[in-house]
Amino acid sequence: MDVLTAARLQMEVSLGFHMIFAALGIGMPLLMLIAEWRWLRTGQAHYRALAQKWAKATALTFAVGAVSGTALSFELGLLWPRFMALAGGVLGPAFALEGYAFFIEAIFLGLYLYGWDRLTPRAHWWAGVPIAVSGLASGVLVVAANAWMQAPADFEAVNGRLTQVDPLSVFSTPAWFHLALHSSLSCYIATGFAVAGVYALGMLRGRRDAYHRSGLDIALLVGGIAAVLQPLSGDLSARRIAEYQPAKLAAMEAHYETSTHVPLLIGGIPDGAGGVKWALRIPSGLSLLVGHDPATEITGLNAFPEDERPPVGITHVAFQVMVGCGVVMAALAIWFAWRRRRGDVSGARLLLRAIVLASPLGYIALEAGWIVTEVGRQPWVIYGVMRTADGVTPVSDVPYTLFGFTVLYLALGTALAWLLLRLTDQRYMPADETTYETPEGAA
Amino acid sequence: MTAEVLVAGLGLIALLAYAVLGGADFGGGIWDLFASGARRREQRDAIAQAMGPVWEANHVWLIFVIVIIFSAFPLAYQALSIALFVPFHFVLLGIILRGAAFVFRAYSPQSARALGRPSAATPAGGAPGPDDVRAGGASPARPERARPWGVIFGVASTITPVLLGMCLGAVSAGTLRLGEPGEVRIEGAAPWLTPVAWAIGALALALCAYLAAVFLANETGGELREDFRRRALLSGTAVVALSVLALPLVRSEAPHLWDGLVGGRATPVLAVGIIAALLSGWFLRGRRYRAARVAAVTQIVALLTGWAVAQYPYLIYPDLTLAGAAAPRGVLVFVLWSTPAGMLLLLPSLWYLFRVFKGEHLSVRESAHPPD
Repeated sequence: MDVLTAARLQMEVSLGFHMIFAALGIGMPLLMLIAEWRWLRTGQAHYRALAQKWAKATALTFAVGAVSGTALSFELGLLWPRFMALAGGVLGPAFALEGYAFFIEAIFLGLYLYGWDRLTPRAHWWAGVPIAVSGLASGVLVVAANAWMQAPADFEAVNGRLTQVDPLSVFSTPAWFHLALHSSLSCYIATGFAVAGVYALGMLRGRRDAYHRSGLDIALLVGGIAAVLQPLSGDLSARRIAEYQPAKLAAMEAHYETSTHVPLLIGGIPDGAGGVKWALRIPSGLSLLVGHDPATEITGLNAFPEDERPPVGITHVAFQVMVGCGVVMAALAIWFAWRRRRGDVSGARLLLRAIVLASPLGYIALEAGWIVTEVGRQPWVIYGVMRTADGVTPVSDVPYTLFGFTVLYLALGTALAWLLLRLTDQRYMPADETTYETPEGAA
Repeated sequence: MTAEVLVAGLGLIALLAYAVLGGADFGGGIWDLFASGARRREQRDAIAQAMGPVWEANHVWLIFVIVIIFSAFPLAYQALSIALFVPFHFVLLGIILRGAAFVFRAYSPQSARALGRPSAATPAGGAPGPDDVRAGGASPARPERARPWGVIFGVASTITPVLLGMCLGAVSAGTLRLGEPGEVRIEGAAPWLTPVAWAIGALALALCAYLAAVFLANETGGELREDFRRRALLSGTAVVALSVLALPLVRSEAPHLWDGLVGGRATPVLAVGIIAALLSGWFLRGRRYRAARVAAVTQIVALLTGWAVAQYPYLIYPDLTLAGAAAPRGVLVFVLWSTPAGMLLLLPSLWYLFRVFKGEHLSVRESAHPPD
């Protein structure tokens, strides 16, 4: 395996792994806060039990996110030293602020997790607020760095070395807002649906107590609202990408010839020769989405030299997977909201089954969307400025470290999944945590 | 004073914070691995309790060091990433395994003790946790069933500071040479495997062990405190012995460091470090733990500062200076100005964290469990 492929794969393994925990780090604190706030307001013990259960899951996953995130801050340089020599100074301000946000998150997580008996209930809830805020802020700031790689601005370089830069340029990139909005929402969706699946499964197995009902409600409140908003943010993203990275949009839709009245493809596999097999075509759909007018002209891949086109197959399929998952989750969120308005859902077996089946979709969409963003930027690491191949390390040992990190992350992921399953397993729950029947029935 | 020197100063402060706080956490892992005697489980309990709420915050200082290097000194980051590709990957392996194993052990259903787990002593819900029930309360005969995670935690905590010390030594070793932009050559031994790097790695290990033992002696009481006092005296002796061994090595292998340390501007700093080292040992002998802690921290701070002052103006000796590696001025100014703003948020939060978990009412804590 050549060094470039190995380095790209190691980055993908490391980021793909870290992202799972980063998303939980953004989503879980919000769930904990809502549950604990309900406990403070109502005094019902099952809300406190939920907050504590979620705090345990957060403690496990946050630590893995913290250490895998540290690994990434090293790997940026270890795998892409020439990229970082050029971009380190530009991205630095975003990472410096992210460092503070992450620090605040770690400090208050320590207070929150270990402070149940040491802080007053109100102070304890407030200790959770900075976790949720700084978790979101770190995500948004890291995305600023990525956004600059998508749409770089304001800098001068000589000989691979940055010579002049506006330190705020990383925050002025036009790609930041739509990327940050889209990725933040996706973190709440991924967390919300993953958590909802746990409680829906519990209900299907007959545990229809207030603990499970509230767990489902809170998880889908967060995940569902985000899922319904996400298509709007996706619409904004598509229009921005058409503007700044037309090659990526063309690859997402496997669109080759620049034209107007471009159809929107649903599904389909690019055949590598300019066509797409088995796709459903919505006439003028893409033109409508991008320009809100069927006559909008969309640049095709053939407008770009062959060595400046992203891989079409991966980008297109990943995009379809992301959109498909998103649509299913938005529909499910509306179904749940409609059914929930009519009362208790613990008997709605079809809905609960759908929620269980949908619980990994948020994560699948998150990873797929990230693949669209990153693979769609290829062959560039900094769009239009530096090719990925020019940023890679000269060290030839990368295939070994790739192997080592893959094995490490597989092992850690397995161990963590096992521990999290134990957390949800009734046999390991305190007796009072499984028997929260509230007479009023409305959790 | 120029911007890059000020930023390097910030980097040094972050490094010092990591060495003191993160170093003590590594040391906790070392003493977990080498827990021995009748109270070895109580030793592990005390370590886990001391680390639990703070280790993640302590760890973030390392990220600050990295971010300062890559944003303010990108050429140094590039050169280090290439030259230290292998040891940095091992450092990452150590960091990942240590952190993951620590929390996995804490939350393992098999954990007999729920070491380092929030509210392990008094389950937060007020009801006994399942683990306590399964473990059968405080029976002294029960086995430590989550031991594999404990071993991984201990081994990773022991190896990582050695590697970090070796990486620090590599920039002073003189075998890491830079040519054209982006070109890195190694002349002679791999920089992190030079004798100087080994000596600094060994010293880092001993210092982490020493710091942790001194801190733990401050946070425990009774017999347990005596255990940690003995460990502190032992590792303190190792620190002195390793320093004495390292000096001739530095003189022959890294003369520029030697000149700075012994006959140059770093001499007063080094002198403070040596005095603090001897004082901390003397305080420990006299069981004056609070004073020993202050002296031990001073010792680490002075040693690292002495190294930095002697190394100045080089980031990587002899080819890369601070000025030669620095990012454009705008970036340096941003790093400088963002620091007071960030610290305004950070320091009160840190103060609150340490007040809640390391406050006076905790400083003398009797062992919760009877000796076996």
